[in-house]
Amino acid sequence: MNYHWDWMFFFQETDDGLKYYDWILSGLGWTTFVSLASLAVALILGSALGVMRTTPGRWLVGLGDAYVDLFRNIPLIVQLFMWFFVVPELVPENIGIWMKQDLPYFVTAIVGLGLYTAARIAEQVKAGINSLSRGQRNAGLALGFTEWQTYRYVRLPMAYRIVLPALTSEAMNIFKNSAVTYAVGILELYFQYKQIIEKTSQVLEITIVVTLAYFILAFVMNRILAFVEARTRVPGLIVGQKGGKGS
Amino acid sequence: MIEIKNVSKWYGSFQVLTDCTTQVSKSEVVVVCGPSGSGKSTLIKCVNALEPFQQGSIVVNGIAVEDPKTDLPKLRAKVGMVFQNFELFPHMTITDNLAIAQIKVLGRGREEAVDKGLKLLDRVGLKSQAAKFPGQLSGGQQQRVAIARALAMDPICMLFDEPTSALDPEMINEVLDVMVQLAHEGMTMMCVTHEMGFARKVANRVIFMDRGAIVEDAAKEDFFGQPRSERAQTFLAKILNH
Amino acid sequence: MSDFDFSVIAANWAFLAEGLRYTLQVTVTAMLGGILIGTLLALMRLSSIVPLQWFAAGYVNVFRSVPLVQVILAFYLIIPLVLQMITGKSTPIGAANSAYFTFTIFEAAYYSEIMRSGIQSIPKGQIAAGYALGFTYGQTMRFVVLPQAFRNMLPVLLTQTIILFQDISLVYAIGATDFFGAADKITQRDLRPVEMYTTVAVVYFVICFTLSRLVKLLQSRIAIIR
Repeated sequence: MNYHWDWMFFFQETDDGLKYYDWILSGLGWTTFVSLASLAVALILGSALGVMRTTPGRWLVGLGDAYVDLFRNIPLIVQLFMWFFVVPELVPENIGIWMKQDLPYFVTAIVGLGLYTAARIAEQVKAGINSLSRGQRNAGLALGFTEWQTYRYVRLPMAYRIVLPALTSEAMNIFKNSAVTYAVGILELYFQYKQIIEKTSQVLEITIVVTLAYFILAFVMNRILAFVEARTRVPGLIVGQKGGKGS
Repeated sequence: MIEIKNVSKWYGSFQVLTDCTTQVSKSEVVVVCGPSGSGKSTLIKCVNALEPFQQGSIVVNGIAVEDPKTDLPKLRAKVGMVFQNFELFPHMTITDNLAIAQIKVLGRGREEAVDKGLKLLDRVGLKSQAAKFPGQLSGGQQQRVAIARALAMDPICMLFDEPTSALDPEMINEVLDVMVQLAHEGMTMMCVTHEMGFARKVANRVIFMDRGAIVEDAAKEDFFGQPRSERAQTFLAKILNH
Repeated sequence: MSDFDFSVIAANWAFLAEGLRYTLQVTVTAMLGGILIGTLLALMRLSSIVPLQWFAAGYVNVFRSVPLVQVILAFYLIIPLVLQMITGKSTPIGAANSAYFTFTIFEAAYYSEIMRSGIQSIPKGQIAAGYALGFTYGQTMRFVVLPQAFRNMLPVLLTQTIILFQDISLVYAIGATDFFGAADKITQRDLRPVEMYTTVAVVYFVICFTLSRLVKLLQSRIAIIR
């Protein structure tokens, strides 16, 4: 084997005066920031869409379904390119120029990744609400709750507990999916990975380090949500459906 | 034919079988009964080594099943078994269910296997169902197919593990009729069942189990006449009063 | 919006079609190879041999926690290194070829989890019935368990394949010319991003939407048979 192992290169200085490990840390920071911000967008929008799809309102359901179909059937990288290169051309000219010149890249990327993930969250939330018995809603209505109040006080609190395992795996996925935002200029972990390989050719070392970094991010997210799951557990109720796939 | 000697079995520290000893001779029909959780299903599954056991020995047709050198597939091919939940293979037609083990285990040609399977299917009165899938048959019909599937392997003896307990009441008799007929033909049978009518009709001996042990092992007449143990008496009283 | 010019699509249609063909080829290869390897991994994971369990669990967990783009780039660079180690001479295999390998290995981790839950969903009694008829472990798996697991999981396997089909677009990272890559290259040259990317999005949508509806249909039919 003629591969030259060199673990010390992480401490070498780069062109911009920083060290390679600084690049990795900065990438890690961006990955975390973009992922968490997108997750927030996805949770809010995805919950709203998920609820919409369980209401009696026919066009609300249709709108929610259409959103999910649209955003699940186009690759993430294509969606991001649409937000960056197509949408600014289709909106009124002054808004388009603002999007291209003044709107920070990361905002567009976060919105893009968030909207993409919202479709998956919407699926989970809908499944969670539908898994509750019809009697729960009726009991709420019988007590004088409005339709909205049955969601707020009765159905959503249970639905979230039921879908938490599935949401956990979506939350872990978002770190991985955030790597795609490198293609629209976000300087996150994968971008730095690629850049360091180009500068140093130490493929194996950097692959091991970055793989571990993603591993740790996913693991921390998993532990946090496991903690949430334990704290919100309802005594005497067994919920434990494993679910959520994707890449 | 089947000799069970001092068999004991544990799940972890929980003992499910305690020192069970009995035998089934050729052409004998032995019914095993007892309350649920008494270990009777576990015992019958030990006979063809579907369940391992830690102590004792079981010899089937001269072959020790606990011996690690025993070729278990070969042994099991000779011992027919019928399950509580039928366990037909849902992704195969009835014909394929009857033929597959003959072809893959006994090495019979497809034509011969199908031929044999259909003959047996006719015997259990279901010839017209050959092309259907298990899911399209009633429970009683499925169980009759399962019996035919076991018979197609030309078994030297048959094990029945509560063959009627998953059936609706109106379907129990069609299955029992097939079993009675088998008994009359001289098949060696070991049956775990609560069907005391069946036991009265064809059993040579009745074994009563409780808490993992064989409490009573008696000729049919003695068992139904006057069981010796109090537990068997209580059990019989409960089951016959319904 | 004013000058939506689709002549750029017509002019480059052959190049785009070539890209789509590549996307489909990688999808089918990775699906078949991935299901095969994934099934073997699932059997290892469920076997009673501890080192095999560990290997399968490690394989699945590593590939499921790493971004696909990273795996695509890493394999593209590492495969030639490994080949060089084995053969002793430098053998560049190219971006297009490395993707076949990468996707097969990567997707196997996902397919394996699907097959594992499929196998676990088969009632224990079915396995006992197989053994009782004299089947060996291998025969019980081949004739009784796997056909049922595969059939029950078919909709999930196909849904995963639709995700795989979309994920091929990430070969952008190594510059291979898949469907999206083809569109991107034309855009770099002709500078018509609106027409190009919109067309790509629409084609992806139509294909994936149709396939996912078919899977749904299949799912309801399987539910009836069962």
